[in-house]
Amino acid sequence: MIGIDTMAKKLMKGNEAIGEAAVCAGVKHYFAYPITPQSEVAEYLCWRLPEVGGVFVQAESEVAVGNMLFGAASTGKRVFTTSSSPGISLMQEAISYMAGAHLPAVLVNIIRGGPGLGGILPAQSDYFQATRGGGHGDYRTIVLAPASVQEAVDLMILAFDLADKYRTPVMLIGDGMIGQMMESVEFPEERREPNNPDESDWALNGAKNREPRIIKSLFLDPQELEDNCLKLEAKYKEIKEKEVRHELYNVSDKNRILIIGYGTMSRICQTAIDELEEEGISVGLFRPVSLFPFPEKELHKEVAKKNIKTVLTIEMSTGQMVEDVKLSVLGIKPVEFFGRTGGIVPSPDEVKEKVRELL
Amino acid sequence: MLLMKAGVDKMSDETTIFKRPESLSDKITHYCPGCTHGVIHRLVAESLDELGLRERAVGVAPVGCSVFIYNYFNCDFMEAAHGRAPALATGFKRTRPDMIVFTYQGDGDLASIGMGEIVHAANRGEKFTTIFVNNAIYGMTGGQMAPTTMPNQKTTTTPAGRDVSLAGYPVRMAELLATLKTPSFIARVAVHTPMHIVNAKKVIKKAFRLQKEGKCYSLVEVLSTCPTNWGVTPLAGTKWVESDMKPYYPLGIFRDPEREDSR
Repeated sequence: MIGIDTMAKKLMKGNEAIGEAAVCAGVKHYFAYPITPQSEVAEYLCWRLPEVGGVFVQAESEVAVGNMLFGAASTGKRVFTTSSSPGISLMQEAISYMAGAHLPAVLVNIIRGGPGLGGILPAQSDYFQATRGGGHGDYRTIVLAPASVQEAVDLMILAFDLADKYRTPVMLIGDGMIGQMMESVEFPEERREPNNPDESDWALNGAKNREPRIIKSLFLDPQELEDNCLKLEAKYKEIKEKEVRHELYNVSDKNRILIIGYGTMSRICQTAIDELEEEGISVGLFRPVSLFPFPEKELHKEVAKKNIKTVLTIEMSTGQMVEDVKLSVLGIKPVEFFGRTGGIVPSPDEVKEKVRELL
Repeated sequence: MLLMKAGVDKMSDETTIFKRPESLSDKITHYCPGCTHGVIHRLVAESLDELGLRERAVGVAPVGCSVFIYNYFNCDFMEAAHGRAPALATGFKRTRPDMIVFTYQGDGDLASIGMGEIVHAANRGEKFTTIFVNNAIYGMTGGQMAPTTMPNQKTTTTPAGRDVSLAGYPVRMAELLATLKTPSFIARVAVHTPMHIVNAKKVIKKAFRLQKEGKCYSLVEVLSTCPTNWGVTPLAGTKWVESDMKPYYPLGIFRDPEREDSR
């Protein structure tokens, strides 16, 4: 089989769909280390990439993966990796260096429960790590959170576009469910051509008829380092203005409670909301799609509506995104929290019970 | 080489008998007196020039004394995290196999924090070149013990001398990497005398030639000096390389894809 029929709907596992989405985005180079629950991406791309003239390198560690990405990204071509929580922790060194050196790359974290070795079941407990930079230094990464396999595909392609546009690492986070479940999915008809490194004005392509280029994050002169940090800050400001993404579900002036949930959790909340609606309890859902930039203004606007009495944040963690919710709500309404963690996925019944408790 | 050529040419006032390789920039280096990083830089630059590789060369800088190597070379460069240069080089070379990639690493960078990266890059047979500068000490951070510090050698973290019962014996990287079955070019040279420099040049150039021909991974370990942190004069430093380092770190070619007996 050469490639897949892009016109037809396919039933695909999230991890494999993520791999195919990268191929659609014109990616030819992928570096990874096996870790549950995302190893299927490497198992898919190890044969799929050679079909399109690409390369997969199974690295010796996630520390090496991150740094291979740094080297590969310096060519100006599209490059990416996938991993799960403990592996992403090991990549933080390289993510910090890539952010400091203004390098584009896409990293996928199919999150499993932590801390430590934790477990292998779905969780959203890496929210802080993903949205606060994760490694050392003054930086952020763009963070996108799909709620379905189809959205994972769509956001993967967007992730590469954003990485190139802003020359920054972009992280796509899916809890283990997004990686492991099978759903029907369609891929875009249009295949992106790989970037041409010779057209780049920053990539390392040989100092022929030009001055040498240096890609680095080392600035011993504090003024130079502050300048680089301010350059990053200006980039993040623009990202906050232009790249905020969110979705609403069942939002109306009948809502008394507004639920905030992302990823798989938002799907469970939708089921609970549908069932509550049948009971005559109207609840809206605000789903952040970009976690950095967080849809602060958009959320504040929804929460400020007169009919909203309470904001309920629901996560597969002990409460991480809830801090961004509070920073968006700015105290104008009470912010409640419900979460399960350690790989336990809250059921619609648990969500409904929490809603009834707050009525 | 240049001297001899000039001698044969006309002996006019304007004959250039020695000049900076094109692959080196005109910046003044920050290296201490008696340090041989400058000599090694030059040998790498001459090799790039002579093989016509400068315009498609990408260097990977380490963390250590040679962290600013990108200022001294006239080719593209990227700056790695400590020990990770072989991972950057792998990522780059796999993505642009048409380019010439080299890492330049010290003993702390390569043999301590970067041990995993160098072993696996060599074992995968990545088609890049490593210049490994072994001066038996951490220079930039002020003279702490390195994996290559000699037994009983005094450093700021072994003030009574390296105790091999606690810190183990110095790591012989060239020999260690030569045990890997994957084809490679692995050599150790020194630069403390003119004779050694001439030989080191031949070996470094060969390492780059093998990469140019797409043959194999290549690594040249270079015994270097650190008079500042060894607490000796530059001259005494070169003598210590001969008397103490060379017997423990024998010079030679350990693996050579062009030699039947060492493949």
